[in-house]
Amino acid sequence: MSQPTMNGNKAPHVPMKNLVGFLLSLILTFAALGLGLAHVMSFGMVMFIILILAVLQIVVQLYFFMHFTESDGPRYHIIGLAIAVFFVICIIGGSIWAMTFNSQAL
Amino acid sequence: MSTAIHKSSHGSVHESPKYKGKVLPLEYTSHEGPLNILGFWIFLATDLILFGCLFATYFVLRTHVDGGVTDKELFDNITSFTAETVILLTSSFTSSLAIFAMRNNNKKRLIGWLIVTVILGLSFVGLELREFIEYYHEGYTMSRSAFLSGFFTLVGTHGCHVSLGIIWMISIITQIARYGIDAINARKTFIISLYWHFLDIVWVFIFSVVYLTGVVS
Amino acid sequence: MLDRLKEFASNFFVTGEPMIYMSDVAIVLVSLAIIFTLTYFKKWKWLWREWITTVDHKRIGIMYLISALLMLFRGGVDALLMRTQLALPNQHFLDAQHYNEIFTTHGTIMILFMAMPFIFALFNIAVPLQLGARDVAFPYLNAISFWMFFFGALLFNLSFVIGGSPDGGWMSYPPLTELPTDPGPGENFYLLGLQISGIGSIATGINFIVTILKMRAPGMKLMKMPLFCWSVLASCIVIIFAFPALTIALLLLMIDRMAGAHFFTMTGGGNPMMYINLFWVWGHPEVYIVILPAFGILSEVVATFSRKKIFGYASMVASLMVISIVSYLVWAHHYFVMGASAGVNSFFGVASMIIGIPTGVKIFNWIFTMFRGRVRMTLPIYWTMAMITCFAFGGMTGIMLAAVPIDYQVHNSYFLIAHFHQTLIGGVVFGLLAGLYYWWPKMFGFKLNERLGKWAFWFFNIGFYVCFMPQYALGFMGMTRRVYTYPADAGWTSMNFTSTIGAYMMGVGFIFMVVQILYSIKYGERDLTGDPWDGRTLEWSVPSPAPEYNFAHIPEVEERDAWWEMKQKGQSLVQLNHQKPFEPIHMPNNSGRPFIMSLFFFIAGFGLVFNWWWMGAVGLLGVAVTMVLRSQERHDSHYIPAEEVQRSEAALGRF
Ligand code: HEM
Ligand SMILES: [Cu+2]
Repeated sequence: MSQPTMNGNKAPHVPMKNLVGFLLSLILTFAALGLGLAHVMSFGMVMFIILILAVLQIVVQLYFFMHFTESDGPRYHIIGLAIAVFFVICIIGGSIWAMTFNSQAL
Repeated sequence: MSTAIHKSSHGSVHESPKYKGKVLPLEYTSHEGPLNILGFWIFLATDLILFGCLFATYFVLRTHVDGGVTDKELFDNITSFTAETVILLTSSFTSSLAIFAMRNNNKKRLIGWLIVTVILGLSFVGLELREFIEYYHEGYTMSRSAFLSGFFTLVGTHGCHVSLGIIWMISIITQIARYGIDAINARKTFIISLYWHFLDIVWVFIFSVVYLTGVVS
Repeated sequence: MLDRLKEFASNFFVTGEPMIYMSDVAIVLVSLAIIFTLTYFKKWKWLWREWITTVDHKRIGIMYLISALLMLFRGGVDALLMRTQLALPNQHFLDAQHYNEIFTTHGTIMILFMAMPFIFALFNIAVPLQLGARDVAFPYLNAISFWMFFFGALLFNLSFVIGGSPDGGWMSYPPLTELPTDPGPGENFYLLGLQISGIGSIATGINFIVTILKMRAPGMKLMKMPLFCWSVLASCIVIIFAFPALTIALLLLMIDRMAGAHFFTMTGGGNPMMYINLFWVWGHPEVYIVILPAFGILSEVVATFSRKKIFGYASMVASLMVISIVSYLVWAHHYFVMGASAGVNSFFGVASMIIGIPTGVKIFNWIFTMFRGRVRMTLPIYWTMAMITCFAFGGMTGIMLAAVPIDYQVHNSYFLIAHFHQTLIGGVVFGLLAGLYYWWPKMFGFKLNERLGKWAFWFFNIGFYVCFMPQYALGFMGMTRRVYTYPADAGWTSMNFTSTIGAYMMGVGFIFMVVQILYSIKYGERDLTGDPWDGRTLEWSVPSPAPEYNFAHIPEVEERDAWWEMKQKGQSLVQLNHQKPFEPIHMPNNSGRPFIMSLFFFIAGFGLVFNWWWMGAVGLLGVAVTMVLRSQERHDSHYIPAEEVQRSEAALGRF
């Protein structure tokens, strides 16, 4: 007997979702790489786009691979993850900002 | 929980547990299952902060090369780090296939995909070690400059995580081989797969902001 | 050969001070006495079975508590040594180096090895019982947390007699603490001791978050949860997001020292500011980690002893959650001052200003709860009142500090020392003591003697003000922190002398507390009802101390103060025992592995302190092996048969 899945149906026999996720992650990677090698834009612009692509990669992993909408109760893990992402941005942004501040002050 | 989950730690499910009308997969069916999975998600959140601090340090020290090698010079071997990236992405995919097989109750495939994942993980670690050794022979060590300290520590910490994941995954494979797909093994496998995908996410950022930044700058 | 051994020993052991030799002797004697007692009474097995391998949250809580009190003693002795040195000008009781070591160990121990285990003790003792749960979410992990803390603290304290104490201040700022300027093993003890216990703290944070989110009794919605649980949730959120920053700060400094990296060095492009940055990403929230549970305790105590619902429950919850998030975002103020003038570390600075608003809400609510309630004057309420007074005052001086012109005058002075001791002692320690007295009967089944407790209370409280009020003045008079002595003509003598008297009064207060505990073990009033204070929350619905499984039947919760409401309706858990059949209870197994794994961490840490790589490798290998063994474990729980539950309830007079 096959195991039940989230929607109560039998699981599909072709892992479509996983395949799509894999394809997307490859596309995103090579898009970033291509952009990095192309030297068509300014450093800041390229970095900005590369970072956006990286964030999209997270979404791909979370949604297509990590089943992150699944839960047996309220989805506390999503809240936790969201706070963590927010704090990481604060730490990185804050550190860089504060360190430049300091090197000017010293 | 809308219906009582049968609290058995021995993996026997008498009644398919549900949440909001949806049937839950096997890994949620024991008493420990949902607890461990939520706990692990939260652990990932703290680990994310941990890597965040390493990334912050790397960013701040990136240009502090002390007259030595810069990131642009260091990361000239594009194929090498691209290969590492593709390997890790693929392993993330194969570990998701393992979960897919698990949910189809296909033990053979489950083990197969996990073994593929382990092999990919090993080749990733191998490539990374080779890269590090190469740098070492060129005299680019941790004690050369702050930039290199930051680089080796960030990437090395990720590598340690991957190595730990490999040992852990092997331990789980032996258990699946012995006891099959039950609630305990399902929980363990699901959690290791979360870990593995998480490491992939971290690597994507290393790829983007360490290697690609070096290439672009 | 013998010469080499001698030379090794003289470097390995701390030598040269009569005080150290005395404590060497004391340590050896105490250890021998413990070993002898255990052997004589054949208690080794008991120790191993009942305590070392336990995963029971109640016992782990007690072990945390004992450790915290021991560390309070050690930190307190450090404080008295410093105050003795400063009592009069130009003293040579301690030299400069020794003074440095002592304020470093005092600060580190008080914050990381006293306050942290103290809050964890109360988490463990109260949270599962308040939630109506049978244990925490991850009992095995809970044991790991405790032993990691224990061995981390042990490693840190070992530096007193082996290798030498750290001396870089409790924040251990580089570049001072880098290898060239601080070659001794003392700093390594600091780094590894904190690292090991820090891992345990993160695990505790995760554990209690999941416990609170997932293990509540049926019917207990989040908004029906006792406020202490809310405060624990808030505190744990801060723990899991703040501690990784400390982990990284310590790790990088360790890599600098052991592998010659250049994160925080002055050469090679290193940037010491980055350490300070990371340290405060943790350090600022850390204050809230320890103060939030104290807030929760106060809410419980005030409601219980006023026999009233807490006033403004929702606003209490909101302020806890706001603090837990906001506390994370203001770390930078610690080095804004730093950028403006070097060597400055304003400890609580603007923090007090931000915390001021929600804290004001809380104080207002506590007072309103007590208002027109007939407050029963027991020890928990005494300490609560003391904390409200002291903390409100400390908050005010904090806002003074936050005002930039004043800060400029008094930063890094004794004004700052007085201020943060006021928040740490008057806020954290007083609050935790209120919790200790409140839950003591639940932990041990007897009450602590009130009369001795009041002596302790008054000595400690009056001592506190005598000790720290003069220090505000000293700050204005220009006395800076971390000075080991001062000239006679500075005009600081009388104030310092008064301050030292106050410190000794607190010492006397502590002795009274110890006497009180010893006396009450023998003569204290036994608590046979399980509900000595006429409590409101579920922990008071079970016997004191609670049986292994806590609740024979898990109660259905309908109202906020669940136990109070049950009592109003004339219900009790004894009735449940009669109404419902007993069922087998699912409990986690004991395990020796958490202890052994942490012991391996200790071995690894000790090896790394002295750069004995082989020993570090052996330790880490041991850790890896125990982890794999854990991964291979499949059945770590058992069932207590229904008949046994029934028998045990009957023995407790509940069936
Ligand atoms: C029991 C009464 C206490 C007394 C008499 C006392 C006394 C002192 C003294 C004399 C100093 C050194 C000041 C200097 O020379 O700079 C100090 C520093 C410090 N104390 Fe206390 N203290 C007490 C309790 C506490 C508690 C309960 C905590 C924390 C929970 C604490 C945390 C600190 C910290 C963090 C420092 C700074 C250490 C450093 O400069 O690196 N103290 N205390
Ligand atoms: Cu602060």
